[in-house]
Order: sequence, then C-alpha cells, then structure tokens
Amino acid sequence: MTGMLDMDISFLTHAVGPAMAHLSAPGLPLAALPVAGINWHSVLFLLFAALACGFAVGVVAADNVVRMALYLVFSLGATAGLFFLAGAEFIGAMQLMIYVGGTLVLLVFGVMLTAQAPLVSIKPSASDRTLAAVAGASLLALLLTASLSVDAWLKPGSAVVPAPSATPLGMALVGVRVDDPPSASPAGGRTGYMLPFEIVSVHLLVVLVGAAYLARAKRRRTPRALDAVAAAMPVDVESPVAVGSAPVGRTSGGSKSALVGGGR
Amino acid sequence: MADFLIGLGLPGWIAWSIAALVAAVLLLNVIAGGALVFIWAERKIAARIQDRLGPTRTGGRFGWLQSLADGIKLLAKEDLMPEGADGLLFRLAPYVSFCASFCAFIALPFAFDVVGQRLNVGVFFVVAVLGLEVFGVILAGYASASKWSLFGAMREAAQVVSYEVPLGMCVVVPVMLAGTMDLVTIGEKQAGWMSNWYLFHDPFTFVIFWVYVTCAVASVNRAPFDLAEAESELVAGFHTEYSGLRWSFFFMAEYGSMFLVSALAAVLFLGGWNGPVPVARLLGFSDGTGDTAAYAVRLLGIANLIGKATFGVLLMMWIRWTLPRLRIDQVMTTCLKYCTPIAAAMFAGVMLWQLFLPGGLVPGWGRPAGEIREGWLEGPGGLSGGIRSAADPAAPVDLVKRSPR
Repeated sequence: MTGMLDMDISFLTHAVGPAMAHLSAPGLPLAALPVAGINWHSVLFLLFAALACGFAVGVVAADNVVRMALYLVFSLGATAGLFFLAGAEFIGAMQLMIYVGGTLVLLVFGVMLTAQAPLVSIKPSASDRTLAAVAGASLLALLLTASLSVDAWLKPGSAVVPAPSATPLGMALVGVRVDDPPSASPAGGRTGYMLPFEIVSVHLLVVLVGAAYLARAKRRRTPRALDAVAAAMPVDVESPVAVGSAPVGRTSGGSKSALVGGGR
Repeated sequence: MADFLIGLGLPGWIAWSIAALVAAVLLLNVIAGGALVFIWAERKIAARIQDRLGPTRTGGRFGWLQSLADGIKLLAKEDLMPEGADGLLFRLAPYVSFCASFCAFIALPFAFDVVGQRLNVGVFFVVAVLGLEVFGVILAGYASASKWSLFGAMREAAQVVSYEVPLGMCVVVPVMLAGTMDLVTIGEKQAGWMSNWYLFHDPFTFVIFWVYVTCAVASVNRAPFDLAEAESELVAGFHTEYSGLRWSFFFMAEYGSMFLVSALAAVLFLGGWNGPVPVARLLGFSDGTGDTAAYAVRLLGIANLIGKATFGVLLMMWIRWTLPRLRIDQVMTTCLKYCTPIAAAMFAGVMLWQLFLPGGLVPGWGRPAGEIREGWLEGPGGLSGGIRSAADPAAPVDLVKRSPR
C-alpha cells in the first residue's frame, strides 16, 4: 500500500498513454462513441489501484487470518499489475516473486494457526483499533503531503519513456553503469552499486546461516542406551525434562564408551 | 495484429482489445485443449505401462473422445461443498490455481515473436507466476474443512517453497549464457543445429538440465512428488472435497503447468522453436525472404516447440507411472541435499566454463552463427565501445535483424 502511494499521482496526471496515440485514428463510426475519448491507460490504472486499495481495506476489515492473507495477496498482486502497467516489468515480477510469494508463507502460518477453533476469528479490542487507526492515518497524511509536494508529479507526463531493460539494472548491480554518462558522476567514472549489493547479500547470508543454526536439529548428548535406563527409572518418567539435563547424561556424554557405540 | 486492425479503420482501443482477446483465447485453448489431449494420453500411457488397454470405445478407435465424455460428465455433476467449509475460499481456490497457470502462459513464446506479451524479464515472470499456483492448493486444503485436504495442502506448501530454490538456480544458468531474461532472445540464441542448444553447451548445463527436470516435476506436483494428493494416504489430498467442474479446474491447472514447465525447459535448454535440424533454413526460408516465408518459419517453430513440450509432458507421465511415490522426508532430502547443492555446483561450473572456455572445446560447437544482442546495446544511444558482439566486434547486430548465416 505504501509503495503504491508515491506512484499514485504521477499516474493520475499522466494524460499521455500509448493508447492515446491511436484514439484519434479516423475510421468507423465507433470512434464517435463516447468511450473512444477515454484514456484506457488511466482506466486500467484506476482499476488496479482500486483493487489494491479495496483489498488492502479487506485485510484490515477481515477477521480470519487466512482471508486476511488472501486479501493481502490480491492487494500486492494488483500493485504488481500497476508496475507492469507502468512498464516496470522487472519490479513487477519482483513484486510477484518476493511479496506475493512471501505472503505464501504467511498464509501457511495462518492455516497452521487457525486450523483449531479458538483462533479462527480474530477481533482486536477497541483500543487496538484506535491506536492502529491513528498510526495509519498519520502515516498516510505524511506520505500524501510528501508526494503532493513534488512538483514534477503534479504535471502531466510529457513523453512516453521507452520500456527499460533489466540488463542495465543487473550490470549496475555488479558495478558497470551503462545507463549513465561517465561525466555525470563527480568521480569521473561510472560507479555502480557493487558495494551496497555485496553488503546486502552478505547480510542475507548471515541471516540464512543464523536461521539454519536456530532451526537445526538439536543433537542430544545423552546416549540412547542411558536414555532407556533413565526412562525406566520411576522418577524420570514423571519429569522427562530431567532426562536430557540429568547429570547422568552429561557425564557420560563426554566419554563415549564401547557400551554406547555410535550413539547420537 | 492490432496495427492491421487499425489499418482497417478501427479505433485503437477496439483494435487492441480484439488483438488481446484473440491472444487470450488462443492461450486458453492451449491449456484447455492440451488438458483434453493429455488426460487421454495419460490414461492410455498408464494403461500400456500397466499392461492394460485403457479407454478404447468412446469416439471409435483408441477412445480418443474419452476426455470429452469425461468433461460432459463433470459438467453434469452436482457441485458439492462440505458443511464446515469456508464458502468463499472454497469456491475461489480452483480459479486461483487456474489463473496462475494461465497467467504464466502470457510470457511464454511459441516461436520467434509469437508470444502473448514479450517481457524483458520473461523467465523471471514465468517462474514467479508459476509459484503462485500453490495458493489455490493451500486455499483448497484449508477451506475444505477436512483433515486430508489440510495435510495435502501443508505438504504441497513445504514442497513448493523448497523446490523453488533449486528451480531458480537451474533457470539462471541459461539466463547467464544468453545474457538476458527475455525468453524470445534466449530461444533465438540457440538457433541452428542442435549443437547450439544450451543442453549441449557444456557438461554442466547437461547435468543441470536433469536437475531442472526433477525440480519441474516436483513443482508441478506430479508423481513421484505428488504428496499433496497421495491417494493411498490422503484419499485425494487437497481436492478430496471437490467435485464437478471445480475439480476439473485443478486438473486443467495441473496439465497447463506441466505443459508450461516443459515448454520452458524447451526454450531454456532445448533450443525452443529451433529444431534439432534447422528445417526452415535448409528449406531456404528465413525471416528476410518475405512475409510468406516468415509465416512458414513461425508455423514450423510453433509446431517444433509444441512437439518438444508435448514430449516433456509425456516424459512426466512415463516417470509418474514408473517410479513409486516418495515419502515427505525423501522429497525434502532430494531437494535440499541433492538438487540444491548439485545446482549450485553446476552454476559455478558454468560460470567458470564461460570464463575460461568461452568458445567451447570444439570450434563451432555451441555457438550460434549469428550473435544476437539486446537492442539497447547498439545504436547511437547504446553502450558504445563497451560490450560488442563476440563473433564479429565490428558489426553488432540488432535483436530482430540477424546477421546472415
């Protein structure tokens, strides 16, 4: 939703669309119909924008987690449609892959959490609603004023920008700028985004390693044979936690004897 | 086509709408007609592999009208919904599945420039949209209010999320070789004899193709990876509670996706519309020799690609009726311990091969006669003096106009 707001105005004021050039084509009386005067680019934009906003409201209004996630998927998908409409194919596909695909995991968690009855319907309290409304409204007001203060977005677009290719983007990420004249940068050379890209990727790698570390299978120090003995004891049956952390397990864990063999 | 209609005097928006509608209807028929044929083929192949006859009577010989009869039967079936089901999601789920499968076809080229919408990031788009099909499955599983459906949906989610990783890595390799994500350009770069296919580009691409096949079978939820259905364990998995036309939408989506991943494999690794033998070129057709020849080339290309994709689908059926179903832990092991590391190693291998042996071991092997570059590199506003056509640095060629072979 927030990502869309800064696009809104630039689009509404874009009177020039690729479809516009053909609208003046003379010919059949169909051209005289009132629909012929409509800028279909704007119509499609408004359609996608309405879908995105409507489903975003649906996310807030719904009380079932799975439905919320589904509405979020539709809202984000409509935003991707806006990107495709703007000719930003790479960003649109990214939106589909990362945001819409990422919501999939959210949906999975929603399904797992609400398969039982108590969580099927979520109703926030009145104070929560008020707090959320204040926070959301203030953010919306901030974004609206910020985007309305950019003069260039209020003027109608003058030319149709040719559809960009993803290749210059990829090359800029590895440090070669092909879309930028060399004299433009103060250093004199073409500088790309190699360093930020590398920092982000190393950061993601750290996150991945951390997640793998947290989610790894816990290796039990207690050999299996001793487990069986401990489980047989009446005291430990009552408190299974004591088996894992019992001093018996710890002392014997260090010295794997022939008795235990290749215990895990 | 839209230009042609505008030339007839239609206003632009009607012309564009008609052109879009024609493309959409054609693509829809690829899925629906394909599903009819493939379901019949699946039954015949399954029967032959199991030493049976399969459908024999409907429509005369070979039971070739069996799928149509099934379709009519499905239309006439009662549309049931379980009592505890979430009505909206239950009704929506089949359409979500089908729409995702259909949308991916938009960016899939059937021949040079025969594509619904030529996207600069075609590969990326197809993979991204294909991943959305699982939404329908999860929604169906959740909304059915049945434990079998829920189990199936959860398995499907785990499987698809896992297999997207190696699948993405396999898809990146042809992108790296072609230097673009545009599916049309990738296909056109493999023009000529089959030695130009990326499958035979180097040993690493040959291996990674089979990793792609494994991941593709898993990602379209086919046996031996059909844990979401698993009829011996979960009744019918996520579509246990579905009947009639809604049920058939899931199957159209499944067969559509099968065709899609096969066609994607054909474009990425098997030369797309460029055959094992360049028939069009040997016949003397090329894009430059007039409109009729150009249409002939396109038609041959479409037939070629559909043939390759059909072969891929038949291969999937063969696999399905040959291998037993994997357990969920085996599915995960296959993905995380085999497919992902192999794909990563092959990716690095292809990278090194491109670095040290860009010309290949055998001269003339694996290199198209005409180099094709993306249009923005050339021309006055393009990258001047930077990257040039590798074959002939002096004469960079446009994307559309190919240098003579």
